[in-house]
Amino acid sequence: MSDARIEAYAQAIVDISEAEGTLAVVENELFRVARAFESSDQLRATLTDETIPAVRRQAVVEALLGSASNTTTQLVGMVIGSGRGRDLPAIIDKVVKRAASSQGKEVAEVRSAVELNADQQARLAAALERATGKQVNLKVVVDPSVLGGVVATVGDMVIDGSVRSRLDQVKSRL
Amino acid sequence: MRLLSLIAAEDPTQTHHWLLPETAEIIYGGLAFLIVATGLWKFALPEMKKALAARSAKIGDQLQNAADTRAAAEAEASSIRQAIGDIAGERSRLLAEAESQAAAILTEGRDRIAAEVADLEAKAEADIAASRSRSSDELRAEIAQLATVAANSAVTASLTPGIHQDLIEGFINGVGATR
Repeated sequence: MSDARIEAYAQAIVDISEAEGTLAVVENELFRVARAFESSDQLRATLTDETIPAVRRQAVVEALLGSASNTTTQLVGMVIGSGRGRDLPAIIDKVVKRAASSQGKEVAEVRSAVELNADQQARLAAALERATGKQVNLKVVVDPSVLGGVVATVGDMVIDGSVRSRLDQVKSRL
Repeated sequence: MRLLSLIAAEDPTQTHHWLLPETAEIIYGGLAFLIVATGLWKFALPEMKKALAARSAKIGDQLQNAADTRAAAEAEASSIRQAIGDIAGERSRLLAEAESQAAAILTEGRDRIAAEVADLEAKAEADIAASRSRSSDELRAEIAQLATVAANSAVTASLTPGIHQDLIEGFINGVGATR
């Protein structure tokens, strides 16, 4: 899909969420959906399979996002139903960035092997704000490939404190 | 008729001298001799001189021809001798040239073989060095791979929840300290 079309879908989702007054909730849930979509080959294959009728794919989305807000479920279903499933992560990333920038913030994607508690997330957000000089919208992704530690990405800046990167360094040194 | 009668009347066995003829015979004989001698001198002598001259000329020509033939034969013999000498010289020259070419080919062949041997030695040394380096690299890569796997296993096994929390706290503190 072209960047213009991704931008259009993202803008539409943001506008609908703002109109519903649920932008913060929706962008948070969409972020989790995008990461799940990226990490599961089976989910990605199912939602992008054009041979499966759109109605059935939308039903799969509704079943998976049962606990999510109705707006989130409807928006993801709309993207999948229109055959844009392959671009779902890109559209959602645009949505998250737009939502953050609408609050004057930058998205800080944090990957960790284990879940961070609320206190850790707050302190990490504050630390990242001090380090980058920007207000950040923290998005935590549990990623077992990190092994341990944390990888934080704010814009173009990557702060890598993961065990994986240290092992890679050891490997390259060897 | 008188003369005949005189002759007939004369006795041939009766002369006035046993050695000398009669005077008339001398006169007749002398006259006849003079006539014959004059005829010979006048007619036969020039022909004889001419024939003698022709014979002399013919003999001279034959001698000249013989001399020419001899000169030609000597020239031919000289030419043959020279040709023989030339053939010997050409043979020597060809032999010398062949020997020179053989020596040049031999030298060139030796040089080429020496160069090829040097190239092969250099290539073999390079191959040995490359093989040694490759083996060393492969061994190093294998050791690194094994070490990485071992490190992965060891690290993964040692990552308890407490260590996870320590790593996260360390990251937060580290990021907070940077500005």
